[in-house]
Amino acid sequence: MLRPHIRRARDGSRMIDPNTVQHVNVKVFLKEPQALNLADVVPIFHRWIREGFLQEMLVDVADYRHVEAGPGVLLIGHEANYSLDNRENRLGLLYNRKASLDGTFQERLSQAYRAAIAACDRLEQEDIFRGILKFDRDTLDVFVNDRLLAPNTEESWQGLRGELEAFFQGFAIERQGEPRDLFRVAVTRR
Amino acid sequence: MKASNAQWKGQLGSQIPNQLGAELDVFEHEIALKQQGKIEDRVFAETRLRRGAYGQRYDNGQRADGKATRTLNYPSTNTKGPGTLWDAPGMQRIKIPFGGLNASRLEMLADLCEEYSDGIAHVTTRQDFQLHYIHIEDTPTIMRRLASVGITTREACGNSVRNVTACPIAGVCREQSFDVTPYARAIAYFMLGHPDAQAFGRKFKIAFSGCKENACGLVRLHDFGAIAVTRKTGGETRRGFELWVGGGLGPVPQQAKLYDEFVPEEEILPVAQAIGRVFAQLGEKKNRNTARLKFLVSKLGIVEFKRLVQAEREILQHDPRWTAYLKDIPTSAELPLKSPALLQIEPVFPHGFERWRATNVYTQLQPGYATVTIALPLGDITASQLRLVADLSRRYVRETIRSTVEQNLVLRWVSEADLPALFTDLERGHLASPVAGTVVDVASCPGTDTCKLGIASSRGLAGELRVRLAEKGAELDESIRGLRIKISGCFNSCGQHHVADLGFYGVSRNKNGYTVPHFQVVLGGEWTNNAGAYGLAIGAVPSKRIPETVDRITGRYVAERAPSETFQAFIKRIGKTECKKMIEEFTAVPRHDEDPSFYSDWGDPREFTLGDIGVGECAGEVIAPIDFELVACEREVFEAQLKLESGDIPQAAAMAYESMLHGALALLRVKHLPVESGADNIVEGFRKHFFDTELFFDPFVRGKFAQDLFKAHENAGQPRTLETTHQLIEEAQLFIEACFSCYARISAAPVMAPA
Ligand code: SF4
Repeated sequence: MLRPHIRRARDGSRMIDPNTVQHVNVKVFLKEPQALNLADVVPIFHRWIREGFLQEMLVDVADYRHVEAGPGVLLIGHEANYSLDNRENRLGLLYNRKASLDGTFQERLSQAYRAAIAACDRLEQEDIFRGILKFDRDTLDVFVNDRLLAPNTEESWQGLRGELEAFFQGFAIERQGEPRDLFRVAVTRR
Repeated sequence: MKASNAQWKGQLGSQIPNQLGAELDVFEHEIALKQQGKIEDRVFAETRLRRGAYGQRYDNGQRADGKATRTLNYPSTNTKGPGTLWDAPGMQRIKIPFGGLNASRLEMLADLCEEYSDGIAHVTTRQDFQLHYIHIEDTPTIMRRLASVGITTREACGNSVRNVTACPIAGVCREQSFDVTPYARAIAYFMLGHPDAQAFGRKFKIAFSGCKENACGLVRLHDFGAIAVTRKTGGETRRGFELWVGGGLGPVPQQAKLYDEFVPEEEILPVAQAIGRVFAQLGEKKNRNTARLKFLVSKLGIVEFKRLVQAEREILQHDPRWTAYLKDIPTSAELPLKSPALLQIEPVFPHGFERWRATNVYTQLQPGYATVTIALPLGDITASQLRLVADLSRRYVRETIRSTVEQNLVLRWVSEADLPALFTDLERGHLASPVAGTVVDVASCPGTDTCKLGIASSRGLAGELRVRLAEKGAELDESIRGLRIKISGCFNSCGQHHVADLGFYGVSRNKNGYTVPHFQVVLGGEWTNNAGAYGLAIGAVPSKRIPETVDRITGRYVAERAPSETFQAFIKRIGKTECKKMIEEFTAVPRHDEDPSFYSDWGDPREFTLGDIGVGECAGEVIAPIDFELVACEREVFEAQLKLESGDIPQAAAMAYESMLHGALALLRVKHLPVESGADNIVEGFRKHFFDTELFFDPFVRGKFAQDLFKAHENAGQPRTLETTHQLIEEAQLFIEACFSCYARISAAPVMAPA
């Protein structure tokens, strides 16, 4: 079993230290996924690299449209990847933070959330998508893409739950998946 | 890059075998030293390559974005090899000897592709796995985690013994002489890190096949290919191998030569070791283009090569590992999880089951059991699919999973009665595509998606062909359903296009002042008989017209084939001239303003470039004559092929050589250089202005193609065999390709200069 940084709460329960957790991912789901043709995203991501208007250093586009329920189309960056991710056949904008960040878990979560929402805004404003593409900012998943820092266990849930609730006020937060999966919560507006 | 890297070592502790753990500590130390500037680039590059950590496209920090070549500003200016930036993402190759997997290995691959890569694990044409977009600083952790489930990445790349491949149905095959698995496993671990396999000038590939006729092992395209055979002596049946050596694909494909009709089983490891010693001692070291074993075998001749190997074998010190594994063979065979049971005829099978069963299920040698192929699109599988396969391998079989050279997975020992339930479970994970071994199951190398050497988008084309062929589904004529399509992004042949019915490899052409992605069409390769024959190129077609080309060729086959005539036989019968005619109408490229789509590649909307070459303003002025001349050269090569087919070896050789001279002359004319007539003058002029100046140098193989011209010139007029003429024609083809590329560079040069 993995051993992340564990501490004991006042009631004696064990939990991870949230501030040791890095690589926070945020996925914002699409309102009408059938409205999006993933092929249209490929040239947009190439243009984003050319124009360099995201804060990360962007490198390349990876196209996995041929894989059902797969990672979709990715914009590979140095510090983070952005993608129109189709895991579980649920299409959404995924921000996958690869580089570590200073600060607290709250700051890291906030950074990932803002980056994801900013990318959603930009995509919605693309000429080809204007008025068609709509992200549901009330339906998100938050992942931690590191099984050692935050395995999908009760200890991770206990360590991160309060942090997530403090950030997503007015949202219901539910732990997802099985032990082999990444730590993941579904976040939906109440 | 991962914040947890420092903690994994302690976390995994004793799960990593000591020796491997120590090696990985050393590797991690070398990474630290490189960061401190204490290891030379070249040394570090070979170090990481021997651990399977490859470079990836754009790792020199330059990327053409469709308008211009721009610098990628990675945070660190440090390098991890010559011209390879530290922070640039790379590829991690993971060796899976004979494709042997189990559930925990799949689960580990799932975790790694999710945490360090892009969510996809990729099965290669050598039964390896590859992860892309990996940061070099994450590689020691990835390797430790793999080691914890018994996988090493050691010698996955570099000048070493690469992954040992074997038939994925070895042991359950109805045609096999015997199960080659234990031998493939034994040789893989015996040669791994063996002192006699450390001083090669180039990679060394080993394959095992259970029979001669079928394709799975593809032994004849390997440096060392062993086919299982038995021999009766004195009432006793002995196991051994028909051994083939010196095969290989790449720019100059060569069929392996028969080394021995019967190498007894106890001799297979020592003979491999002796061959390794001869290769290490006598193989080329300086020029990597002629460093594969095939060149040494050709140079020495098989008789002399064998004499040297036998001499080496005689002086080898006995090693108990040569035979230690043999005593375990009778008890080491895989076991099924369930009892054998025939498929019950049910009133209603799940929808799609019967179609899937027809293509993806192989009835095993052992009654009541089947091997199921999980066809992966372009060899790609997601983390959750890997976990699903792991679960199913525990539920239905005893974790008997293998990867295949056709970039798929197989589950062996499925009780036939379980097939409908397994189908339903696979379908839930989008893993029940009924295309295994069919024309839809197109194989491809990474090409321009991630490979540094790719010229055209092999994966883009493969994806497009898959979609189009799958859409035709039931409409596809039975006769073409079983054809194989294989695509490489360049002449290096990683997609194994030479042994496909329809093979393609990426090239470029200058058209209308632009560089346009093309694919050479290669017809007549043979997948059966262990890759029994290689196809020959018949002409280049723009990428965007390859699907129509495929339709035309297959359509003609359907319409005109004689009853039970194979595709190879059909191609042979109609002849190459007719084949070329078939594709001719697809070779035209519309003007850029008429149809700009021709000027970008499949799946990539950027305007196509070769490296950093842009559109030359003056290109139009020089295009017409050179284009004309180079196309004429291509035709000459083609005619040389025809001569060879008709058995006229001297004429075929002369024409191939002439085509090279004409290509060289065309380039000299582009530079407006005065050349006196005569072969000596052309060759000397070419040497002075294109070779000595390195203007003709390919970024990857450097001066190889020019040296082929010099060699052809030296040997002009001398008697040739069928094989050396075939090779000369291949070299001429590639020389002409190199002339096209060189011309593209020359014509683009004015744009690159400051205004
Ligand atoms: S064939 Fe060429 S493009 Fe394809 S993987 Fe090999 S070197 Fe790269």
